[in-house]
Amino acid sequence: MGTGTYLDLLLSGLVVTVKVSVLAWIIALVSGSVVGVLRTLPSRTASWIGFCWVEFFRNMPLLVQLFLWFFVLPELLPRSAGLWLKQLPNAPFWTAAIGVGFFMSARVAVQLQAGITSLPRGQKQASTALGLTTVQTYRYVLLPMAFRIILPPLTSEFLNTIKNSAVAITIGLVELTGEARSMQEFSFQVFEAFTAATVLYLLLNFVVVTAMRFLERYVAIPGYITGK
Amino acid sequence: MIGNFDFDVIRRALPYLFLEGMRFTLTLTALAAFGGLVFGTMIALMRLSSYKWLGRIAGLYVDFIRSLPLVLVIFWFYFLVPYIGQWLTGASRPITVGAFASSLITFIAFEAAYFSEIMRAGIQSISKGQPAAASALGLTYAQSMRYVVLPQAFRNMLPVLLTQTIVLFQDTSLVYVLSITDFLGAASKVAQRDGRLVEMYLFAAVVYFVISCVASFGVRRLQARIAIVR
Repeated sequence: MGTGTYLDLLLSGLVVTVKVSVLAWIIALVSGSVVGVLRTLPSRTASWIGFCWVEFFRNMPLLVQLFLWFFVLPELLPRSAGLWLKQLPNAPFWTAAIGVGFFMSARVAVQLQAGITSLPRGQKQASTALGLTTVQTYRYVLLPMAFRIILPPLTSEFLNTIKNSAVAITIGLVELTGEARSMQEFSFQVFEAFTAATVLYLLLNFVVVTAMRFLERYVAIPGYITGK
Repeated sequence: MIGNFDFDVIRRALPYLFLEGMRFTLTLTALAAFGGLVFGTMIALMRLSSYKWLGRIAGLYVDFIRSLPLVLVIFWFYFLVPYIGQWLTGASRPITVGAFASSLITFIAFEAAYFSEIMRAGIQSISKGQPAAASALGLTYAQSMRYVVLPQAFRNMLPVLLTQTIVLFQDTSLVYVLSITDFLGAASKVAQRDGRLVEMYLFAAVVYFVISCVASFGVRRLQARIAIVR
């Protein structure tokens, strides 16, 4: 570096925060949806697997999980795989995305499960009566409804993902909080550094909330819970 | 790998981990939960009060805190608390605040925002007839809150409050960023001194996991019991 203002640093931190959060959110949504569906399936084994997944990722602090991914996993793998993992460029970034993603997947799964079980039983029975397979039932009937119902809580889970990405500062990822911290250490301007980071986080929140409002209105079904 | 897993390093560190680290973590969790509940209830009452501006201030505070990462809030308070202390005591220079006091203030301020939302939902879950009956009986606002509304709100929300406390218990591990010796901090210090990251972090993970699991199992049982009463 050497050139560039502190604002450039903060903005580049903001970009890292956004990148990590979006990647983590995709991981959380995909794996969380799978686990959430597993938990509502009639199969005992499936719901047991879902239960274990959720309990595993929910009952450990995120910080500990990041340490497990970052420090412990490479040691437990076979030597060559561990070495490859350690030498991965940008390792904190990928670790943070995966760690935060799986941590949030447990929350997403719980929300989705609640969404699916909140649907009237008749929906599932009607799709069975129409001859839909289980996959089709979920794909065309249950999930489209359930996701619309849980959109507001999913918004706050996405905001939580953004906030949780700051924990990655502990494994050396220099995102927004990290940039503010290093700016404070370089310049001793404590209040300026943290105020700037705070304002950027507030802005990010505002953007996400507004975008999700828009999405909610766009996908709303008239006459249904979330519809007008 | 698993072959040279050294259990002895864990055994040797046990007194340090639990007497230093876990004690800090549990004390911080308990006091922050208590403080968060007290201040959170106050914020909830402010938000529901008939003075509009009081509710607006409380709402702003809650929204503000809830849109910031805990790590950033920890940094904020770590640097701010000495200045707040100077302002409160009128000292000539920023006062020195210990690690424990600093993190306790941080967590109370942070958790109050979250607890207030829970208590607000709890207070709103009480039917309108209750405070109306209380005021018909001649109870003042304070009395009706103290004897009628809050006990029921607290009781209804107890499972949620306890779940939030479990989250708080896990979140206290973030004081790591200030190099404080909480449970994870203690584990990390031993891990780095002895070069035993795998053992110590796995052990810390297991301990957090077991405590959180047992606690949330207890909350679930409590929830089932309360549900029957209602």
